[in-house]
Amino acid sequence: MKIDPATFWIVLPALAIGTYLIRLSFLGVLGNQPLPAGLRRALRYTAVAILPGLVAPAVLWPAATGGETDPARLAAACVTLGVGIVTRSVIGAILAGGVTLYAVLWL
Amino acid sequence: MTPIRSAFLRGCLASAPFVIVVIPFALLFGVVATEAGLNLLQVMLFSFSVFAGASQFAAVQLMQDQAPVLVVLATSLAVNLRMVMYSVAMAPHLGAAPFGTRALMAYFLVDQSFAASQIEFERRPDQPLADKVAFFFGTVTPIAPMWFAATFAGALVGEAIPPEYALDFAVPITFLAICAPMLRSIPHVVAAAVSIVAALVLAGLPYGTGLLLAAVLAMAAGAGAEVALTRKGVTHED
Repeated sequence: MKIDPATFWIVLPALAIGTYLIRLSFLGVLGNQPLPAGLRRALRYTAVAILPGLVAPAVLWPAATGGETDPARLAAACVTLGVGIVTRSVIGAILAGGVTLYAVLWL
Repeated sequence: MTPIRSAFLRGCLASAPFVIVVIPFALLFGVVATEAGLNLLQVMLFSFSVFAGASQFAAVQLMQDQAPVLVVLATSLAVNLRMVMYSVAMAPHLGAAPFGTRALMAYFLVDQSFAASQIEFERRPDQPLADKVAFFFGTVTPIAPMWFAATFAGALVGEAIPPEYALDFAVPITFLAICAPMLRSIPHVVAAAVSIVAALVLAGLPYGTGLLLAAVLAMAAGAGAEVALTRKGVTHED
């Protein structure tokens, strides 16, 4: 589905300003204050807590196949994850996943 | 050569390898955002004003899924919360610079400039403020122009790709690729596993709120696992 322009024009400035304020927080305003240990601990896991959950439904129930589990997409996801864990290379993992996706789709 | 200039050049050199990661990532964003129905101006404004790849992909995906504005914002901003840590880490080194300089550095505080500067400032903590500032701006010099230029190129390519070649799976692959190298400790693996399971179980909740709830659970699980391991005497890595 295409992005609704009204949604876009609300999200863009809010996301831009919010992201900037996150970056400015301590460097610009709060200075050399120590971050509470609990907060520091939680922040360490933000990215890894959101991104896998964001893609999990798309991996198992892709909209492109009407929600039915697709071997090509599942295989591509597993290969991407595996190559990424082993090589620690983001680009290597993307390439391996892309090649797997198109190889299995084409078979 | 003045010391400042060499600090600037050292910064450029330190972040030069990241260009290899930034270019395909920005290209892909341009393509995916264009396929999602954004025009060239919208795509470029996105990369200029937000300037944070993972959250840009997340926002595009959620807007495409017709998630409500608040859910889109909460999820995408949560992806960027890690930058609070970057801001905390840079403050002792760059905090004495004039506010205008710090305000500009904040805009350029991205994964790559943080990573390169953090290593440099830990290695040479006693260098003058001017050198640290020059180094920091050096680290963004190869990165930022490439981010914008490759987004632009991707948007042009995206307009040329017919919709039959739906790139629906480019975003999941990209996110998995970003996450995989992060799975470097048991708490990170625990957080990722909880995130996946909870997101699938809660997928039926309305307005994408299942993902937000899953993220909170996953964060708590990661932090909890870290506390448990520290108590058992297994220290974490950073």
